[in-house]
Amino acid sequence: MIERNFKIWRGNSKGGDFVNYKISIDEGMVVLDALKLIQADQANDLGLRWNCKAGKCGSCSMEINGKPKLACMDRVTDYKEDSQITVRPVKTFPVIKDLVTDLSWNYEQNKRIPPFKPKPRENGAKYRMQQEDVDRVQEFRKCIECYLCQNVCHILRDQEKKNKFVGPRFMIRLASLEMHPLDTEDRIPAIKNEYGSGYCNITKCCTEVCPESIKITDNGIIPIKERVVDRFYDPVLKLFRVFSGSKK
Amino acid sequence: MNNNSIGFTYRADNWWLQPVAVLVGLGAFIAYSTWAGMQGAYYYYEPYLSPFYSPLVYVKTGIPGGAPLSHSLLGAWPAWWPNFFLLPSSPAVLILIFPLSFRLTCYYYRKAYYRAFTWSPPACAVGAFPQKNYKGETGLLTFQNFHRYALYTAIIFLFILYYDAAQAFFYKGGFGAGIGTLVLLINPTMLALYTLGCHSFRHLIGGQTDCFSCSKTKFGLWKKVTYLNERHQLFAWLSLFWVGFTDFYIRMVSMGIIKDYNTWGI
Repeated sequence: MIERNFKIWRGNSKGGDFVNYKISIDEGMVVLDALKLIQADQANDLGLRWNCKAGKCGSCSMEINGKPKLACMDRVTDYKEDSQITVRPVKTFPVIKDLVTDLSWNYEQNKRIPPFKPKPRENGAKYRMQQEDVDRVQEFRKCIECYLCQNVCHILRDQEKKNKFVGPRFMIRLASLEMHPLDTEDRIPAIKNEYGSGYCNITKCCTEVCPESIKITDNGIIPIKERVVDRFYDPVLKLFRVFSGSKK
Repeated sequence: MNNNSIGFTYRADNWWLQPVAVLVGLGAFIAYSTWAGMQGAYYYYEPYLSPFYSPLVYVKTGIPGGAPLSHSLLGAWPAWWPNFFLLPSSPAVLILIFPLSFRLTCYYYRKAYYRAFTWSPPACAVGAFPQKNYKGETGLLTFQNFHRYALYTAIIFLFILYYDAAQAFFYKGGFGAGIGTLVLLINPTMLALYTLGCHSFRHLIGGQTDCFSCSKTKFGLWKKVTYLNERHQLFAWLSLFWVGFTDFYIRMVSMGIIKDYNTWGI
């Protein structure tokens, strides 16, 4: 058993402060285990959201020593023995209590996105997709909606442009729909004008914090930005569309 | 708890190391390439031509370490050239804008210099430079959307620099090779590995389609470009270093500071 010091933010929407806790930890414990132990032994009213404890539900997102992480995937023993571990709620969304934040803004963004609209079946035939077509969009389906990418995105976090940019999580949702071979909906104008693809400046923090290792920027946002370029900025393609009569 | 001031963070690691390294690396390259490009001299040592000066649109004769007039595309340096300190009569000032624009609008370098130079943000979960009316790449930076046009010129430059590397095998018509030949051959190869891994190229070569299975050729090319794209940062730095080193090597040889070992015995 090793003694470890934790500094946990306690409070609500009106305000709060960091409170120090000292606990004995077992080898292999993750930060979430430590928080549950503190909750059980020292702070019964500690607000904490968790569910699967296996890095798959995305509930225990928080900032540990300043880094956005899942508490259930972060080993306490990875930190120096004599160091204090600082735990605070995600910064970008309003605090409800202690480490629990209100993520409802994200659900509102999700509702704004036109859903999958497959091309009509021909004479009742089954849809068929090849593996290489599935693979590309499948990567984005690994998202567990922990919203760590939304939290670390400086456009939402520091520049506070929630009214302009939907954030990386929804850019990859848009990418998964736009790149889907069976989808017929055209979301490119909305990606530029309503969802704010131009606000992203590719600093890749979303990719750095993704617990599912989704290449959010390289495989999702940049390809989508390039499709916006095809439609709105490339003068040669614009000219080509004028002469060919194509709208896309 | 939510301190929005610039550079504020609860991170306990050395988050500042990466932006400082980029600042120093890019800053050093910008300083050296600007200085070297403005010299207008010691960029040539037969048969080696510095990549900062290729292609030679105009050539000013009688310059130490300058190329002969026969290497010029359009002849002698024009008399109407203003020739003040920001626009010296150096062949490099006519062409450096093209590779510069490719790197400036590159998706990797955007990440690097937005973090290191404009602090938007300096590192993940570290307070960004506060901008009341942040516009990202929708305002002044809309020009970043023309990256693919910079790519087209970068591809043309690959052919030019490979031509220069091929020329570096011939000294006064005699076939041979020197350290400079090797340096000049590695240069466009590094640049090719960087250029062909470009995100815009990846999009144009196949990424724009939704149906990979519809064209095996397109899909095959996309996969190869994806391989390079995953190493885009690595090749961005290697090619940047090597293009600077190539100029430095030729400059040193041309100035007589170091000797080029070669089969011609020069």
